[in-house]
Amino acid sequence: MSTSSSNRGISRRGFLKGAGVTAAGAAIGESAVVAFAEESAPKGPKIVGPKPLSVSLKVNGAEKSAAIEPRTTLAEALRVNLDMTGTKIVCDRGACSACTVWIDGTPVNSCMTLAIDAQGKDIRTIEGLAMGDTLHPVQEQFIEHDAMQCGFCTPGMIMSCAALLEHNKNPSLDDVKTATSGNLCRCGTYPKVFDATLAAAKMMKA
Amino acid sequence: MAYVGKDIPHDSAIGHVSGESIFIDDIPPARGELLCDFVGSPAAHGKLISVDIEEAKGVAGVVAVLVAKDIPGHNKFGPVVKDERLLVDDVAEFLGAPIVLIAAENRDALREAKKRVKVEMQPLKPIFSIDDAIAAKSFLGPQRVIARGDVEKAIGSSEYTLEGALEVGGQEHFYLESQAAIVYPGEHGAVIVHSSTQHPTEVQSIVAEVIGVPFNKVTVICKRMGGGFGGKETQAAQPAAMAALVATLTKRPARIVYNKDDDMRFTGKRHPFKSWYKVGFDKSGQITALSIDHYSNGGCTVDLSLAVLERAMLHTDNAYYLPNVRITGQVCKTNLPSNTAFRGFGGPQGVANIENIIEEIAIKLGKDSLEVRRCNLYGSEEIDPQIAQIHADSEEKNLRKSAQSADEISSRLETPYGQIVQNNTLPEIFEKLPATSDYEKRRQEIEQFNRRNRWQLRGMSMTPVKFGISFTKRTLNQANALVNIYTDGTVMVSTGGTEMGQGVNTRVRQIVADELGISYDAVIMSATNTDKNNNTSPTAASSGTDLNGAAAADACGRLRNRLAEFAADFVFNDGEAGIAASAENIAFEDGMVWDKRRPDHRMTFEQLVCRAYIERVNLGERGFYATPGVDFNRETGKGHPFLYYTNGAAVSEVLIDRLTGEMKVTRVDLLMDLGNMINPGIDRGQVVGGFIQGLGWVTTEELYYAANGELMSHSPTTYKIPNVGDLPPTFNVALLDNSNNTVSLKRSKAMGEPPLLLGISVWAAVKNALSYASEGEIPKLALPSTGERILMALTSYMKERVAESA
Ligand code: FES
Ligand code: FES
Repeated sequence: MSTSSSNRGISRRGFLKGAGVTAAGAAIGESAVVAFAEESAPKGPKIVGPKPLSVSLKVNGAEKSAAIEPRTTLAEALRVNLDMTGTKIVCDRGACSACTVWIDGTPVNSCMTLAIDAQGKDIRTIEGLAMGDTLHPVQEQFIEHDAMQCGFCTPGMIMSCAALLEHNKNPSLDDVKTATSGNLCRCGTYPKVFDATLAAAKMMKA
Repeated sequence: MAYVGKDIPHDSAIGHVSGESIFIDDIPPARGELLCDFVGSPAAHGKLISVDIEEAKGVAGVVAVLVAKDIPGHNKFGPVVKDERLLVDDVAEFLGAPIVLIAAENRDALREAKKRVKVEMQPLKPIFSIDDAIAAKSFLGPQRVIARGDVEKAIGSSEYTLEGALEVGGQEHFYLESQAAIVYPGEHGAVIVHSSTQHPTEVQSIVAEVIGVPFNKVTVICKRMGGGFGGKETQAAQPAAMAALVATLTKRPARIVYNKDDDMRFTGKRHPFKSWYKVGFDKSGQITALSIDHYSNGGCTVDLSLAVLERAMLHTDNAYYLPNVRITGQVCKTNLPSNTAFRGFGGPQGVANIENIIEEIAIKLGKDSLEVRRCNLYGSEEIDPQIAQIHADSEEKNLRKSAQSADEISSRLETPYGQIVQNNTLPEIFEKLPATSDYEKRRQEIEQFNRRNRWQLRGMSMTPVKFGISFTKRTLNQANALVNIYTDGTVMVSTGGTEMGQGVNTRVRQIVADELGISYDAVIMSATNTDKNNNTSPTAASSGTDLNGAAAADACGRLRNRLAEFAADFVFNDGEAGIAASAENIAFEDGMVWDKRRPDHRMTFEQLVCRAYIERVNLGERGFYATPGVDFNRETGKGHPFLYYTNGAAVSEVLIDRLTGEMKVTRVDLLMDLGNMINPGIDRGQVVGGFIQGLGWVTTEELYYAANGELMSHSPTTYKIPNVGDLPPTFNVALLDNSNNTVSLKRSKAMGEPPLLLGISVWAAVKNALSYASEGEIPKLALPSTGERILMALTSYMKERVAESA
């Protein structure tokens, strides 16, 4: 993969096809995808896949590469190909935000992002939020405020809250609610998440 | 330093915030590991004609394609009745019931093989609803009855009567971590199972039966769960057994992780209920008699349905004295995945019914439901204000009270099943909460608002909870714990309690640190493991800490006594100083040990255990606890099933858009009695989280099925659990100061389930709001009160009015 700008265009097309394959299941086999790829190849941009290709990702400051299929989501690539299991997958369709990571500082659902689309970008995951042994203030305040129970939503929740504080030094309660509006927590830790995030904001200012 | 009573962060807090905590699917793949999945029945009810797996077997990367006849042990299992099949061998009883189990080296092969399995079935007539099951007499287990007094007669002679039916919906657990297990094959048929389970012992026995080995060849380990809520009490066993079957037959590690959609579609949920009631009451609203028939939708097998029904029946009184009562219960057999435990375990369904009845009595009499609730409450044994008043005030001004003798009132403590309500803190809660929540003033505002506002409606209700703590099955009220002290003074504890976020491990660590007088950091909890703790009870019924904490404390007590004796005899025994050996005088605190008579002469805990080890003193102990006194006879419906009750109440207020049916919870005030909390931070988290889960159940969480029995609401895009937008903007949580609970560990009270039942206050508030629009009619409202249902109710009143004015 060379420049990131041209890749983006390709992979969005790739994503649509990939999504089609997963959703249609039995109806569209692999052959259908290949046929489509061949047919559209001469006109449009270069089609990649469906076979694995070498992808390099910059995760938490380190370059990592893996051979993955173009349809692989970033969440899957992180967990399965790069052995970084801090990011969780729950719904796998952008409805729970458990898989939240940052791409160039913006929180995204990594289950709705193709790994190949994240090439050349700065990916940050829960494993890379702390500075060595020093926890990020949001992490610290989550502990302080018991803002987690089972912990399964926690990595995604923290990535959402910490992203807010990166952009907004003086968040209101409503800002925190908006930032976490997509994050589901079945244990019902929300009020404590708010407290922890507001406390972290204070801590970061001090 | 004492740790019990302090806000110690959750045992796994650092791991959770840093992403280091390992859940099942975070375990790195082992060499040769296989991924497993299954092909399920295409019909909710059907007879298996043929299964063709040849093509699936041929897919590259597929290692095993298994059907029922490949199972080396039993295919039949079940926690209570052995009516479940791991793989369908004859008749499939729910859509998706596993028929073919596939193991492959990668996900693509798995997907491909699933598509190539051919299943032929002859469809049979399915039953899905409670009504259809009743019509077909399709039941699981016998009808149960809890009764007292002559109900028919009492209803006949009641001043007022009401009758009706209430439909209460199910609830998806939606634990974020779906069902998952990894199984490693061992020597001579043994397996090691990592399972996300609330009940390792159950997983152990079912795996053993399926693969045909004795229990001692199966080790089940559960480090933690990403949520359980009851859904992993019995139903973690099936995926574990499937992986174990693959591991045993292929001799390779096997992993199974349900995706969220499959988990929602193919596993059991909270039981839906439909209940028919008839109630008699007087003009004050006091209930004179209640007759209620509960029917629950158990799904296709017994699972825990009978116990869930039993708890629903045992909580149909909730906080109220029912002088004449007849509660019956029957589980319906339907063609849905078997419904199972869910936080509250039937209690919420029982309580929703009586709270509905109270709301209806209030509407009928034109009274505030708070007044009706108050006059129906159980008394409080020691300082019963009613008794006190009767004794003090011979003139007996109050009409109702004058009608009763003190004896009669003091008997307002006996539950329908015969247990006497002790240490009832609800009268106190009913004093305090209305005051702190400004109930009276807001009631007036609401009435005014509803009179004036054409487009919006407000409603408010306060509902209590009296939740019985203990398993109603006596046997389960036991626990064992293993406490090992190492020669560096550190301690490893293991219990049968499993960690699902509720904090059992944190609380047990606090207890152990205090019991041994060492620092919290010197104690760690091992993963729950059946080779350390055998024959454990599920972590359920809110009793995880009560039982396992008590067992750990028992072990620590014996270790401390042994160490004290050793210290007295060998360490501090100083004849010259004229101090005789005395174990009673040995103190353990802050990691130090000394003889109280010579406080300046101290040694560290580490030094003591080192010396004890050298002198060959046993530094490990196994503790045991069995809850005293609890028993319940389900045949007679009588007994003393609960060690104590956890009490609380909530006042909830809602705002409804009359044109769209949209409902918002505007304010909630909670007051709970949790005794002396072991960990106030974590305990409060349970209260808030439990309430929110209850709020979801009663408002937005609607399970929607297609005509063929397929669950359509199988992801968070279609099944709505509470998110930040659903929280009440004003949410006050307070705890009662009470240390009277002498029967429990450290005078604490269990709090895992009770707060969930307070969510019912929101539903009752909706019903209350609708009563302002229905103008004296009793609004019919099912649970959950979705926006759609609210709108339909509102529209029906409008139609009536239009019809009247036309
Ligand atoms: S797993 Fe990505 S949003 Fe749910
Ligand atoms: S802490 Fe369990 S889901 Fe949020």
